[in-house]
Amino acid sequence: MGNGAILRTLGVAASLALTVVPADAYKIYVSNEKDNTVTVINSDGFKVEQTLDVGQRPRGITMTKDGKYLLVCASDDDAVQVFDAVTLKLIKTLPSGPDPELFILHPTGNPLYIANEDDNLVTVVDINTNKVLAEVPVGVEPEGMGISPDGKVLVNTSETTNMAHFIDTTTYELTDNVLVDSRPRYAQFSHDGSQLWVSSEIGGTVAIIDPATRKIIKKLTFEVPGVTPEALQPVGVKVTQDGALAFIALGPANRVAVVNAKTFEIMKYLLVGQRVWQLAFSPDQKHLFSTNGVSNDISVIDVERLKVIKSIRTGRFPWGVVTSQE
Amino acid sequence: MLVIPFLILASPPLFAADDVASIKIGYISQQSVAPPNLSNLDVPPENEGIAGGEISIRDNNTTGRFMKQEFLLETAFLAENDDPVKAMEELAAKEVKFIVLDVAGDTVLKLADKAAGRDLLFLNATATDNRLRQQDCRGNVMHIVPSRAMYTDALAQYLVKKRWRKWFLVTGTLERDALFAESIKQSARKFGGKIVAEKQWKFGPDARRTAQAEVPGFTQDLDYDVLIVADEIGIFGEYLMYRTWKPQLIAGTQGLSPSTWHRTHEQWGSAQLQSRFFKRYKRRMRAKDYQVWAPIRAIGEAATRTNSNDFAKMVEYLKGTDFELAGFKGVPLTFRDWNWQLRQPILLIQPTALVSVSPQDGFLHPVSVLDTMGQDKKETTCKIN
Repeated sequence: MGNGAILRTLGVAASLALTVVPADAYKIYVSNEKDNTVTVINSDGFKVEQTLDVGQRPRGITMTKDGKYLLVCASDDDAVQVFDAVTLKLIKTLPSGPDPELFILHPTGNPLYIANEDDNLVTVVDINTNKVLAEVPVGVEPEGMGISPDGKVLVNTSETTNMAHFIDTTTYELTDNVLVDSRPRYAQFSHDGSQLWVSSEIGGTVAIIDPATRKIIKKLTFEVPGVTPEALQPVGVKVTQDGALAFIALGPANRVAVVNAKTFEIMKYLLVGQRVWQLAFSPDQKHLFSTNGVSNDISVIDVERLKVIKSIRTGRFPWGVVTSQE
Repeated sequence: MLVIPFLILASPPLFAADDVASIKIGYISQQSVAPPNLSNLDVPPENEGIAGGEISIRDNNTTGRFMKQEFLLETAFLAENDDPVKAMEELAAKEVKFIVLDVAGDTVLKLADKAAGRDLLFLNATATDNRLRQQDCRGNVMHIVPSRAMYTDALAQYLVKKRWRKWFLVTGTLERDALFAESIKQSARKFGGKIVAEKQWKFGPDARRTAQAEVPGFTQDLDYDVLIVADEIGIFGEYLMYRTWKPQLIAGTQGLSPSTWHRTHEQWGSAQLQSRFFKRYKRRMRAKDYQVWAPIRAIGEAATRTNSNDFAKMVEYLKGTDFELAGFKGVPLTFRDWNWQLRQPILLIQPTALVSVSPQDGFLHPVSVLDTMGQDKKETTCKIN
């Protein structure tokens, strides 16, 4: 990874507080929607290191590309808070538009694209100058945010309009709108940009869209013995760097589905905590973390063995998760 | 008669007006005046119901911008003596094909029969009568509001789950109170509740100053777990609480009550609809607002998914197996094909908090757990198909 130097600096800084930290130790940050906190977990032993007070109703959470700052959507404060990733001090607040829920950074690290659920807008913010660069009107209740690896195409999903909106990042024009099943929650490009995965929570499906043609090439449905079909509600989606596997969080089904991202065959369902929503890989992609809102924990999945190896207690209603080197 | 047509477009249209397909949705509201003793209590907001409809039309139009569709709302607010058939004909003359109804059960039937065979579909937002889902069902009426049976089953499941099985049923003097009480009795039989005592409340119109004297004796010498009150318009039910002979719970139309919506409901994305509503109207969204929001969203969904404003296509979609509505209840809402009742989870509320959501865990059903509430296919006496 290109930002290894910064990561090592982070590791050194952390080691001042702890005694021995492996060189590849990283942190896991979890936003707790009902506690107004972020749980900070050290990968060394997967221990909770600190609980950070943040703004009201924290949901979307991400790291700046240089690894220096942690960004948190404080939805009920209508703001994005910027914390120093090492000292965990609040550095500044970005204008976000009302009710920011999820956001994504341009691959170059700036700007930040924010979904404003209450106002049917995507707000584009320069994170260095704090300036709002654009407001793009989209469908009702925008939530999911994906960006193509080349940074040219931004995709937003609107939960009540039920569309994936394709936005040109230079002109801020909508170039296409793809109708998907009910309540699309998340949009994730594969790392080579050839697939766009969009989860539909109430529809119970995941659409895989060809970004070039904007056609749905595959629609995944799920089936778990003993779980009612209504409970199979896909939310978070992550695709491995090599494009081999996709992981899909299935909400109240308490499962993460493992999908072969080439054949679209569902390989396995991993039992995790209750009401699983968002997912994040460890920097080396050896582990995957899932936020389990109702059981108030995150599950740690061993990506190679496809096994759940641990759960870590968080605050109430863990919502989003990010790791320090992602 | 007051007929106010209006058009709301959430954002500037993306297409020239002549490319845009219009979908006109009507709303007829005619409710009886509250009895004098209630007139100075909580006056419902003037825009109760239609406010939810306006939000819904805005939502539809935001989506419509991407679909070359526009949604128009035509409303008719009727006084008690106005003729609803005339209002319906006026809407039909404006090419309204979908009409959301906030009227009594009898009026639903009157309109449905008058419109039989025509390109008109009614969506019932407020009439809870079980008979409209049973012997008096109609093929051109779809029910958004739950039936009384769904409401009382939702409550019964919770009480049985809590093992509060012995119920003392107190019924008001109105016909609708008797219907609610009858529905409670059916739910008791269905889930194993037991009506251990039954009384009618006949202490006159306003119990505010007399309840403390009357309620203790009225509830004395009875062995029950929960007092279930059947007082649909709220004449006396509120005055029972804290005044029973023994410290006892109240449920039914007051106390712990079933509802489609509540201001404290925030799960499953509903916080978003709540805050959208509050921002616009500076008041909390009420059950009736939700019950008018939902049918208009359902029509919007039909227009989006069929990419059409053709009546037959839209109705086929609404009545088909692909229809599902994301209604902020955590599961897709669908219609029962034996009586066109919308399947939905039901909130159990007290005035300032959400207590639970039914169906309760453990009540099973071979098709959908939502069908543990209300008239199931096997019990149906509806013959529309």
